[in-house]
Amino acid sequence: MANTAALTGINGLREIRRSPASHLAAALESGSVPGTVVLKEGPFQTMAGVRVDPASEAASRIASVTGGLPARCGEVAGTEQASVLWLGPSEFLVVAPEEDHDTLGGDLLGSLTAALGDAPGQVVDLSANRTTFELTGPRARAVLEKGCALDLHPRSFTPGTALATEVGNIPVVLLKNGEESFRLFPRASFADFLGRWLLDAMREFASPEVP
Amino acid sequence: MLLISCPNCGSRDETEFHYGGQAHVPYPENPNDLSDREWAEFLFYRDNTKGAFAERWLHSTGCRQWFNMLRDTVTYDIQAVYPMGAPRPAGAPDALSVVVPKRPLKQPELIEQPGSAPGTAAPSTSTTAPEGATK
Repeated sequence: MANTAALTGINGLREIRRSPASHLAAALESGSVPGTVVLKEGPFQTMAGVRVDPASEAASRIASVTGGLPARCGEVAGTEQASVLWLGPSEFLVVAPEEDHDTLGGDLLGSLTAALGDAPGQVVDLSANRTTFELTGPRARAVLEKGCALDLHPRSFTPGTALATEVGNIPVVLLKNGEESFRLFPRASFADFLGRWLLDAMREFASPEVP
Repeated sequence: MLLISCPNCGSRDETEFHYGGQAHVPYPENPNDLSDREWAEFLFYRDNTKGAFAERWLHSTGCRQWFNMLRDTVTYDIQAVYPMGAPRPAGAPDALSVVVPKRPLKQPELIEQPGSAPGTAAPSTSTTAPEGATK
């Protein structure tokens, strides 16, 4: 049963909180080029850091909660609702919608903690650690390629792949969730810089292409 | 920019990594038995090898795992990447025998001996090495 009282705000805190790139909201909107490349912040996702030995029994219990654990670098497991990103051989990041947070009526952290039990490992609420930038459009890859050394061509970077890397010298987790759609998870303190860096990289696509 | 092959993540730019110093420096079995000089040597004294050098690296922006790497300090040639705790790979080429094939344009006389076996090439190059090239 959803906790409707919590959904309306935790003692009013939910009303006054600010996402790390909220001050850029107007700039993100004016800097986006609809139909070419669009950048927006998708704030306040519920994120849980999970560390568990993937060969252990606790890992299979956690996998049954999240809908699987990724086995190697780049893989994304999970369900439509919550994706599980591979960060390391025994380290995973669960990204779920805001409503899945325990204080908002969800049960993500509680169920993960229960699944881990007494086994060695940890389940940590990292919802405030990172924010989310959603970069979409036919030129989204061209924007990222200005500051990311990975091969982002669709032949090697397919939808449903997530890699921890650097974009514009900022450490991010880069998730490709569609043919022309990327999600970047920078740490909160880097959100301002990365948001402005992406806006700068997008600027050329607002002008007519020079042949 | 080095392109380092992380055992977990594959090839990534050097900027994603952090250097961890010389590998295979064992912690003393009985630190209390060491003299101040021996303790200082364990803490601060490291090899300054010219040639193949075993060192530790951390993929800090990726999988956050440590690994060992055998890198040539002259040519930056990465000869081996192996896990922490594993012994240094045997048969790693000597520094100078690596240097020679890397400089075919500057030293054209050296590529005129393709028939010579590596075992015979190495001593001949070490005799032509400049003073102080080897420890």
